[in-house]
Amino acid sequence: MEKRMIALGFEGSANKIGVGVVTLDGAILSNPRHTYITPPGQGFLPRETAQHHLQHVIPLIKSALKTAQITPDEIDCLCYTKGPGMGAPLQVSAIVVRVLSLLWKKPIVAVNHCVAHIEMGRIVTGADDPVVLYVSGGNTQVIAYSEGRYRIFGETIDIAVGNCLDRFARVLNLSNDPSPGYNIEQLAKKGEKFIDLPYVVKGMDVSFSGILSYIEATAEEKLKNNECTPADLCYSLQETLFAMLVEITERAMAHCDSKDVLIVGGVGCNERLQEMMRTMCSERGGRLFATDDRYCIDNGAMIAYTGLLAFAHGSSTPLEESTFTQRFRTDEVHAIWRENQESDDMNGLVEGGI
Amino acid sequence: MEMASKTDSENGSLTLVKQGAEARVFESVFVGKRSIVKERFSKKYRHPSLDSKLTLKRLNAEARSMTKARRLGVSTPVLFAVDPLLHTLTFEYVEGPSVKDVFLEFGLTGVVQERLDDIATQIGDAIGKLHDGGLVHGDLTTSNMLIRNGTSQLVLIDFGLSFTSTLPEDKAVDLYVLERALISMHSSCGNVMDLILAAYKKSSKQWSSTFNKLAQVRQRGRKRTMVG
Repeated sequence: MEKRMIALGFEGSANKIGVGVVTLDGAILSNPRHTYITPPGQGFLPRETAQHHLQHVIPLIKSALKTAQITPDEIDCLCYTKGPGMGAPLQVSAIVVRVLSLLWKKPIVAVNHCVAHIEMGRIVTGADDPVVLYVSGGNTQVIAYSEGRYRIFGETIDIAVGNCLDRFARVLNLSNDPSPGYNIEQLAKKGEKFIDLPYVVKGMDVSFSGILSYIEATAEEKLKNNECTPADLCYSLQETLFAMLVEITERAMAHCDSKDVLIVGGVGCNERLQEMMRTMCSERGGRLFATDDRYCIDNGAMIAYTGLLAFAHGSSTPLEESTFTQRFRTDEVHAIWRENQESDDMNGLVEGGI
Repeated sequence: MEMASKTDSENGSLTLVKQGAEARVFESVFVGKRSIVKERFSKKYRHPSLDSKLTLKRLNAEARSMTKARRLGVSTPVLFAVDPLLHTLTFEYVEGPSVKDVFLEFGLTGVVQERLDDIATQIGDAIGKLHDGGLVHGDLTTSNMLIRNGTSQLVLIDFGLSFTSTLPEDKAVDLYVLERALISMHSSCGNVMDLILAAYKKSSKQWSSTFNKLAQVRQRGRKRTMVG
């Protein structure tokens, strides 16, 4: 039997630094990560986040290799997040990967963060060709694969849904540990009263900044007058935001005649969002594929796996081109592995095949 | 056919044509005329009060917008009836394929340039008229455009997300939605959007402010992919 291909992946586009070791069949040998958590009421700033990543990256590499029980010799390629993300944190993994490439004499593969989320979701859930809802602190996109690329059907025209939730958590002074979104979700479970909020869907796109402004401006007053509780606000915000997301996903499904949905990205672990999406899917006779926080939230394994897919299909990044960029659209990536998969039916890559 | 129509009208029976994202579309007969009944159904995933607010708002908006579009000289199905309790609209049955089907056919069997030009011109002209009249369609996709059999006239349908606005911003977003739908679905048809915009420019008096805004909207769309 041929030697299995192994990749080491680095993710550091936002407030998490992660290192993952995976094989081409999608087995995750190790996937440690560390999150930069700021005090309640504060977001994370690029410079401090980058310093956090620098402090933790070396121990993470050591622990990833140790848990996976491999030596650097066994690695076939080094993968890193090229973008999109915050510049300073992105720089950390780009530099680490260059150093290791020279040190260990291994090729580099640059990976698009959004595509990595999608590929990780597909391999973990076995979803073959779903409509993808990618929701995180920085991105909100409805994506479907068509003609060699992941095409964006709908997206936010201003801030991301996770950003909206995170910033509302600051208004309520909720803890950022483990994440603001998680704490909103827990508080929302106690909410009873539905507060009317703006609802902004434009075709297949959504807008969240107006909702955030509205709730930021009215929350204090409403709480002071005892019109509602913080839990009611969290509940109403979630119900409104997620209804918008489910609506544009359904719209994209109707447009591309697709039945299955895959949710990826940090907000994707929200169980209320999953529940609403599942209801919508079952009404259409489709299935919902979702993952938990191990795969939804940024991690090194997703970068390693996606990089390895590209590498196995003959793609790598020369050292001098191993840059990073804050702006990197999902549809800029040529998904060569999916084209080959379609033409010569490469089984084994994805469970369930074509 | 005649017989079937008669029994249908007597029973008031409905034949499901399409289950859309938020409405069921039935074929029926309204006072002897072949018609379409569009029923907005409630969405179980939504909070009940949010759901009824949205359903009723969109039913009314759709009825108003359809008739307003006709007044502006854009062909839409003729509205026969509105029922706010059953959440239904009844309107004319338009015979013909959707622009989506026509373009997909082009993708498979090759583009018929003359036909493509004609359709693109009609699309641009229609949107220009809507926008100058202060109406924004809100969901311009190729599935929401039909080509009437015989006359090859473009008919716009599904005004469920339409609203009135004179802001260049809203018009630009309207065009942007269409542009993206074309790119994602019909990249093999060449640059249809350029043809559409050329016709729009001829049809709309306010094209220049809309186009300026469209450039900004495109930029913003691109910018909004920053942080992972």
